[in-house]
Amino acid sequence: MDTRLRVAVHKFSSCDGCQLAFLNSGADLLRLMPRVEFVHFAEAGFIAPDAPVDVAFVEGSISTPQDVERIERVRANSRYLVAIGACATAGGLQALRNDADAAAWMAAVYPRPAEIGALPVSSAIASHVPVDEEVWGCPVNEWQLLHVLQARIFGVRPAIENDKVCLECKRRQAVCVLVAQGAPCMGPVTHTGCGALCPRVRRACYACYGPAENPNAQALAARFAQLGLAPAAIARRFLSINNAAPVFHEAGIVWRERHDDHA
Amino acid sequence: MTTTREVRLCVPILARVEGEGALDLVVQDGRIETLRLRIFEPPRMFEKFLEGREYSELPDLVARICGICPVAYQMSAVQAIEGLFGIDPGPWVRAMRRVFYCGEWIQSHALHIHWLAAPDFLGYESAVGMAQAHAGVLQRGLALQGLGNAIIKLLGARSVHPVGARAGGFYAAPPAEEVAALRARLVAALPDAEALIAWAASLPLPASDQDFISVSLRHPLDYPMNEGRIVASHGLDIPVSEYETHFAERQVAYSTALFADLHGRPYLVGPLARMNLNADRLHPPVRAALARTGIVFPSRNMFHSVVARAAEIHQALLEAIGLLAGYRRPAETAAAAVPRSGTGFGATEAPRGLLWHRYEFDDEGCVRRARIVPPTSQNQGRMEEDLRGALEALGLDKEEEALRRRAEMVIRNYDPCISCATHFLRVRVARP
Repeated sequence: MDTRLRVAVHKFSSCDGCQLAFLNSGADLLRLMPRVEFVHFAEAGFIAPDAPVDVAFVEGSISTPQDVERIERVRANSRYLVAIGACATAGGLQALRNDADAAAWMAAVYPRPAEIGALPVSSAIASHVPVDEEVWGCPVNEWQLLHVLQARIFGVRPAIENDKVCLECKRRQAVCVLVAQGAPCMGPVTHTGCGALCPRVRRACYACYGPAENPNAQALAARFAQLGLAPAAIARRFLSINNAAPVFHEAGIVWRERHDDHA
Repeated sequence: MTTTREVRLCVPILARVEGEGALDLVVQDGRIETLRLRIFEPPRMFEKFLEGREYSELPDLVARICGICPVAYQMSAVQAIEGLFGIDPGPWVRAMRRVFYCGEWIQSHALHIHWLAAPDFLGYESAVGMAQAHAGVLQRGLALQGLGNAIIKLLGARSVHPVGARAGGFYAAPPAEEVAALRARLVAALPDAEALIAWAASLPLPASDQDFISVSLRHPLDYPMNEGRIVASHGLDIPVSEYETHFAERQVAYSTALFADLHGRPYLVGPLARMNLNADRLHPPVRAALARTGIVFPSRNMFHSVVARAAEIHQALLEAIGLLAGYRRPAETAAAAVPRSGTGFGATEAPRGLLWHRYEFDDEGCVRRARIVPPTSQNQGRMEEDLRGALEALGLDKEEEALRRRAEMVIRNYDPCISCATHFLRVRVARP
């Protein structure tokens, strides 16, 4: 009897970069093959979108009426559903359209917008179906995904890091760019998992791994104002890759309105 | 006789392409009634939400259009910014950007050849299926893919959506010992890259002879990558800023990606187009390795794309090795940027072909309008044209399964990136 973990990788609205972590795992991925069976993973050549699986990795945000139906089928066919990446966990960069006049945008991009059929908002997987695990990051990396696979092979919950980027900087002995350079670093409110890559190349974190636990976004925004950032620039720091994550969205809108009041 | 036979072929999800698309084919009375490469991924409308963002954010934002070629997006964007602002980033930045881009070509081409294309030519559904019978080939391919990623990480800290590049240059310079260690690995991989060319040429590639227009950048000295003029095989030679005078995009009802034409005709971008127009710019060892295969470029066989990809891996390895020789950390890793209002243009050669950007900036350096033309939307018309020719050449009386396999092979041969193609959807309407 085949006891391998049955795995699906589904794509919704996204850049393909999160599922690429599997194909970038190289020899590690091939070593997992005795334990893992990819049932559906279109880019790798496996097509069975409606087959039942033990674990479904879902990349991308929900942004069309067809997506809404499809994610319900994925949920029904999956024992354990893992949303991977900023699109699947927070609606992605493309959720910037949620605050805009989506119909006007479509008309600006397409000569015949009626033929496209998109929802007015781009939303996270968990806004539509129950999600068993969220792996945040834009993009998620190989170690995160292989860790989830390993945990599921053993039938346990994966241990997802919950620290802020600041702690990772301390662990790696990176100089604090907020203190030393006065750079508007999002590290104090951002979920780690990336390895504190930006401060380690001496630049401010831009929060691609999304909000950390209990982030004090408003206090950090006030600090950015003290550093001399204009309200519009502060708003853009929060309304970026994970703009629709509630705590970032709220902080971003507050500072955008301050900009509008002054404009 | 086949005159009364009707074939309705619908491939609802194309396997082994980046992003999701579908193919519809209807054959009736021995001729193709309908042939549609359907791209249905929803649009992400990047060009709209780039409006109002500052130039300094662009490299990180446009990278998110494509997880497979983020470097290409970053490089076209910084070129547009620097051209408008009048920034000269200097020789160190120019060299390191080429190295960075070499990494992306190597990883993207190795990914395509091994994960996406090889199963077609060797008769498997997936690369995982090849792992036993072709273990050596797959390991060599994965090692090259890993090396490409390592080059991107050297300068960008991670290979997908790297964080090192900025307008004016890089945030930081890698230490000399890291550079030397990686360079030694690149040198050690040269025999693998040469062997890959011979292996690609030995695949059972179908015969094909087609008349098509190749379009790519061309540079006075280098094989094109990060800069050059836009040239075409039938004589076009224009600066990047004149793209819109000669190329036009149109919407079709069944696709969320726009189709691009050159003077009303489909055209090819990507590795084969680059080889067809720039084989004289290849490093001598690449030319020698190609000469041993007997395949001559320019080529009219679209399936020689896989050989062109292998040759570009070899070229990119040699290029990176040369550029990293005698590496020294510079005093400054980036030139200062002072915003200026106006329109900036950028075009570089993404792994899949010409990637063209145009941005209008206000005097604070914020984007007023953006337009991005990705390679896959440029290749869409050519892919449909090729599919028709290839299926007719195969014989429309063949079994459905054979037609489906050949059609998928033709599509994959372009390495279409559907994520790119739809994530752009650009602004083609007249504006007041």
